[in-house]
Amino acid sequence: MQYNEVMVRYGELSTKGKNKKIFINRLSQNVRAALRDFPQVRVHGERDRMHLELHDANSEEVLKRLKSIFGIQNYSPVMKLDRDMEQVKQVAVEMVKEQYAPGKTFKIATRRADHDFELDTNDINQLLGAEVLRNVEGIKVQVKKPDITLRVEVRLNGIFLSCETIQGAGGLPVGSSGKGMLMMSGGIDSPVAGYLAMKRGVEVEAVHFHSPPYTSPRALQKAKDLTAKIAAFSGSIEFIEVPFTEIQEEIKKKVPEGYLMTVTRRFMMPITDRIREQRKGLAIFNGESLGQVASQTMHSMIAINDVTNTPVLRPVVSMDKNEIIDIAQKIDTFDLSIQPFEDCCTIFAPPSPKTKPDLERTREYESKLDVEGLIERAMEGLVFSEISVGDTLAAQQEEAFSALL
Amino acid sequence: MIYFDNSATTKVDDSVLETFIQVSQKMNGNPSSLHRLGDLADGLLQQSRKQIASLLQVKDSEIYFTSSGTEGDNWAIKGTAIEKMRYGKHLITTSVEHPAVKESMAQLEQLGFKVTYLPVDKTGVVSVSDLRNALRPDTVLVSVMAVNNEVGSIQPIDEIGEVLREYPSIHFHVDAVQAVGKIPLDLSSSSRIDLATFSGHKFHGLKGTGFLYIKHGRKIAPLMSGGGQEKGRRNGTENVAGIAAMSRALRLLFDQQEQKTANQRLVRDYLMDELSKYPKVQLFSTKKGAPHIICFGLQGIRGEVSVHAFEKEDISISTTSACSSRNKTTSSTLSAMGVPEKTATGAVRVSLTDTNTMEEARQFLKAFDALYQNFKDIK
Repeated sequence: MQYNEVMVRYGELSTKGKNKKIFINRLSQNVRAALRDFPQVRVHGERDRMHLELHDANSEEVLKRLKSIFGIQNYSPVMKLDRDMEQVKQVAVEMVKEQYAPGKTFKIATRRADHDFELDTNDINQLLGAEVLRNVEGIKVQVKKPDITLRVEVRLNGIFLSCETIQGAGGLPVGSSGKGMLMMSGGIDSPVAGYLAMKRGVEVEAVHFHSPPYTSPRALQKAKDLTAKIAAFSGSIEFIEVPFTEIQEEIKKKVPEGYLMTVTRRFMMPITDRIREQRKGLAIFNGESLGQVASQTMHSMIAINDVTNTPVLRPVVSMDKNEIIDIAQKIDTFDLSIQPFEDCCTIFAPPSPKTKPDLERTREYESKLDVEGLIERAMEGLVFSEISVGDTLAAQQEEAFSALL
Repeated sequence: MIYFDNSATTKVDDSVLETFIQVSQKMNGNPSSLHRLGDLADGLLQQSRKQIASLLQVKDSEIYFTSSGTEGDNWAIKGTAIEKMRYGKHLITTSVEHPAVKESMAQLEQLGFKVTYLPVDKTGVVSVSDLRNALRPDTVLVSVMAVNNEVGSIQPIDEIGEVLREYPSIHFHVDAVQAVGKIPLDLSSSSRIDLATFSGHKFHGLKGTGFLYIKHGRKIAPLMSGGGQEKGRRNGTENVAGIAAMSRALRLLFDQQEQKTANQRLVRDYLMDELSKYPKVQLFSTKKGAPHIICFGLQGIRGEVSVHAFEKEDISISTTSACSSRNKTTSSTLSAMGVPEKTATGAVRVSLTDTNTMEEARQFLKAFDALYQNFKDIK
């Protein structure tokens, strides 16, 4: 059925008090961006809820897009009708039929904002109830906890019918919590961490370290493709490539094997931090989870976190691997993540990195390197690009190839 | 030039050839290479596969590229036999299959397999109850072509599939080489077909291209061992240019398919109606068969002679199967249909494609009439 409006209900948003307006504006902005190619849709972010006027935009597609927008608790497709009870009766039956399966019960729940309307609440409930019973074979009325509730709102400008409540993505509108730098490695965890950050309203920018020719162009593309996948939740994400070859070669030359990984991470952190400063971000996010690999013990975290005071937030820190994988599959990053291209984290990985690196020793080994010089040169070589949802290599290639096929 | 030999091979479509050239020039990498050129070739290979799978309503992972219909048949049959031989060594097929199927079966018989060749009626169609009766506990494969290449008879694939639902472990192979784009072919998830053979040069693609459909979950042994291509099931560097071209050809084939087959049917029916007016002509195809094949015989004249006579008029037809044409053997399909050898030697085949016209049919009949008048009195 082609609906002409959508009612959007806010989640946590509604408890924010003074900030409420900022959040609502941000959410409206994000919704408009997600429906960029439906310019006819009008988005009205009101105090208690948001409503979209579709004006002939394909309602199925609009409903699909709303599913991944954070800040929405749930939403309902709505039919706005003229105050003509005959038409209302017809559409009411159609809408209930759409939701009906044998054995389901229903009720009509009317609300009148216009108390001068010719029929009162009970009249409407009864009238529509009878119509549905007459036309939907086998359906029964149930006043307490029916399966289907047809909500009817009578207002001055029309009668609004809605029958379905679709679960939204929850969370807070992307951007309402500020900006954060996501360390995007290309593994399973970092895209999930990015998604979880976005869920709490963070506008993430993806920082990716690559070391050509040790790491392949395919590995870089994979990181970009993963970014494109999580961009589904915000429209587009800034992708920042850091040239890491010189640093990795230097570390390999001068730092003992057991501390290679620790020192490498101690370079990645301040670089990410400087980028954060440049980009006016507030925190660093990464996909570390306790105990998974050597760098992710608390001891390692002490040694690595030593180099910055910026909050390093780790959304998946307490998740089991399979919990992370579940989310990765849900956000469609899992299949991409498991493609076996070496990233800089694996390519120079020593056989037995220290799980409990000594902080003093770490600092000592690191001091043998021209830390400031190396970091400065990496910062000078940063490459910025904007990655939009759907910008995966596969999608781009598809366009090029379709001319041939 | 009137080309009425489309079941032997078809003209390569201009845009299909263009794709082949473009790809060969600009995307000539080996899909297994690690560099950008390899990536590009691999991307196109997968996209070609995706398009073919989508057109046939199957999964990408169910399409495997081969070099020909013959290879597809060999692989489906021998691959099944090898894989399943510890469960049984009985195979069932028909007596009217393409030599690629027949010879594969014969070779397996040499190796100790038992093969039942189902008979056909006089229209060239197998009986489903014959199949049912032939099934044994040790049967591992049933191979039946969807459309016979010599006379165009359509086999009861759906009904055979229904029978085989009670035998879920038997591999059901369908040689679909002559059927694709001509009759409906259901390979969707509700279909019982496990393996299906396709050949590119039969639908305006290039020679040397083809693919085998293998239903997800069905295992057949590889025949081409090597570097791991096609998930290690059909090794050998992929002919990306040919495959991309074939993918395009398949898309074009399905474009307005119904109208195209309707047109072919009209031309075929017209030819059949006119030819049947001649007393010395015997039609071996029926209107119930595929819309593009007419097999008929001119009494007293060897098929080859007719072919050469038409050639003089710049019309190309064939004596039954091109694969056997040079072998000077009579059609085994016709003999399986009970056609006496003397009559069968006069058989020729006209096979159409969507670009053949009524006008061409009229010219053919004119030439045929001249031929007929010339030869009718020769004993």
